[in-house]
Amino acid sequence: MTTDATRNTQYAAPQTFAQKALARAAGLDSVAVGQVVDARPDVVLSHDNTADIRRTWLEFGQERVTIPEKLAITLDHAVPAPTTKHAQNHAEIRAFVKEQGIRNAWDVGRGICHQVLSEEAIVLPGQLILGADSHTPHFGWMGAFGAGIGRTEVATLWATGELWLRVPESMRIVLDGELPPGVTSKDFALRIIGDLGADGGLYASVEFSGSGIEALSLESRMVLPNMMAEFGVKTAYIAPDEKVFEYLAQRRARRDKGQEIGKLTPDPISNLKSQISDHALFPDADAAYIAEYHYNAAKLEPYVACPHSVDKLATLSAVAGTQVQQAFIGTCTNGRLEDIAAAVEVIRGKQVAAGTRLLVIPASREVLQDALRLGYIAALVDAGAHIGTPGCGPCMGNHMGVPAPGEVTISSANRNFQGRMGTRDAEVYLASPAVVAASAIAGKIAGPQAILD
Amino acid sequence: MPTTGHAWKYGDNINTDVLFPGKFTYTAQGRAEIASHALEDLDPTFVKRVQPGDVIVGGRNFGCGSSREQAASCLVYNGVGAVIAESFGRIFYRNAINFGLLVITCPEAAQAIQPGDEVTVDLARHRITTASGEFAFPPFSASVGQILQAGGLVEYVKERLRT
Ligand code: SF4
Repeated sequence: MTTDATRNTQYAAPQTFAQKALARAAGLDSVAVGQVVDARPDVVLSHDNTADIRRTWLEFGQERVTIPEKLAITLDHAVPAPTTKHAQNHAEIRAFVKEQGIRNAWDVGRGICHQVLSEEAIVLPGQLILGADSHTPHFGWMGAFGAGIGRTEVATLWATGELWLRVPESMRIVLDGELPPGVTSKDFALRIIGDLGADGGLYASVEFSGSGIEALSLESRMVLPNMMAEFGVKTAYIAPDEKVFEYLAQRRARRDKGQEIGKLTPDPISNLKSQISDHALFPDADAAYIAEYHYNAAKLEPYVACPHSVDKLATLSAVAGTQVQQAFIGTCTNGRLEDIAAAVEVIRGKQVAAGTRLLVIPASREVLQDALRLGYIAALVDAGAHIGTPGCGPCMGNHMGVPAPGEVTISSANRNFQGRMGTRDAEVYLASPAVVAASAIAGKIAGPQAILD
Repeated sequence: MPTTGHAWKYGDNINTDVLFPGKFTYTAQGRAEIASHALEDLDPTFVKRVQPGDVIVGGRNFGCGSSREQAASCLVYNGVGAVIAESFGRIFYRNAINFGLLVITCPEAAQAIQPGDEVTVDLARHRITTASGEFAFPPFSASVGQILQAGGLVEYVKERLRT
């Protein structure tokens, strides 16, 4: 896939993905690792923090945002509003969106920012997205450069359209072979962080590759760059392929024409597809990496991250039997259709254990609609689960499933810091959706095998 | 101007949730309210006892986790003069600089400094002076230096927009 078209001059040294993406965003032919560039992002993301960003931006004395077409705003972190203060916060954001004529804005219930921007094909391969959200590396699933920044930096981008970024070192993580049944990309992510530590990828750009990565569904790919935020990275990348271009072209066409996915004439789609793939960036084969790690997919197994750190890795069998009062399936990491399907497969016809609550929050309205259509939601509710509004739910402790002190939650989220779910004296274990579902049925940490009759 | 204060020492992977709880991130406004939640889930005595100029010392990956800026601003609003650590989470690092908070990567000093030690940080000379000795740290890059000099990113951008 790599062509010389992405090599800029005959003098340029081989470049990593991060170098190419930041060179393009800074309007330069090539950049060196460690160089600081003034980058102009293609998309600037913010969410419930937009009102606070606006207060900072007002200090610059501007009346109009200079890049309204680049802003993407979702209400997702505390939705529907749990308190009057949160409602007021949302109201301020709606007023700002209207006043500035922000086209790419989604109100309560549409879903979590990273999922919505993916479904709406707002970000495209080879682009730079900067977001006031630490999981912005998420967009590496499609080969975009995503990085988290602070609120004041987003305000700066609204005012000037550019921000300084240092070109990071890159590391490679290669997955060879296919994951065994019951082992997911979530398990792979937990294993990497467990092996190398929560700072194992500090500041770096992580490039994933290998046959095991290519074999993953798009939904499973999304888990990896998303989870790399817990590895300390600046960004993460998976080379985009046909599946990615097809997904994005369909969705771009739907958004532009208001048509249903799959019902478009092939022509504009193939057009769009080639436009999107032409813009994709691939690292040069001989680019320099600070580290390279190889994993054999066949040797991986289901894992759990134990309280209160994502790098406290245990095998599922080592922690099986730990009592849980709450099980949560959702978030930008594992709240998609594939995740809900995996949970339903485990749960169908069974009942959530007495003394345990199962909460399912689809990552977006689209996921919820698909899950309804396929009967997944009915199966979950029959089993005793309760369903929440698409959004972040209790992931960061705002509401909708905050644990009591002393309680244990098993969650499909990406982060289990002390107090993360809103309660300091509660414990959070992280696992794949199937393990979370099985644990809800068992009332204690368990794998799908353990609850087979 | 060197800044001097006493050290508050914490461990590795001090994350943004324990520096400033997520549940307040969309509702807390203004210096006083943001300051009042600092380190709430890590060290409930901190807000009552911290003195202007005090220095926080962390291990590896200080400030990992969320992009929430209050994890840095709550320290500034409590008068913290500097944070010294073995390494920093990258968004926290940016946020701190953007609020004019000195964040210094210096593994030797971070390991040597004991809780309560008097610590002086001299930005101009790139030196940390403590009871256990003097430590040098590398100068900041030009872009970071400009932001710190302006007193934070808001002031820096204001200056740029004026010219
Ligand atoms: S689901 Fe959790 S991790 Fe994802 S954006 Fe929302 S709060 Fe952040």
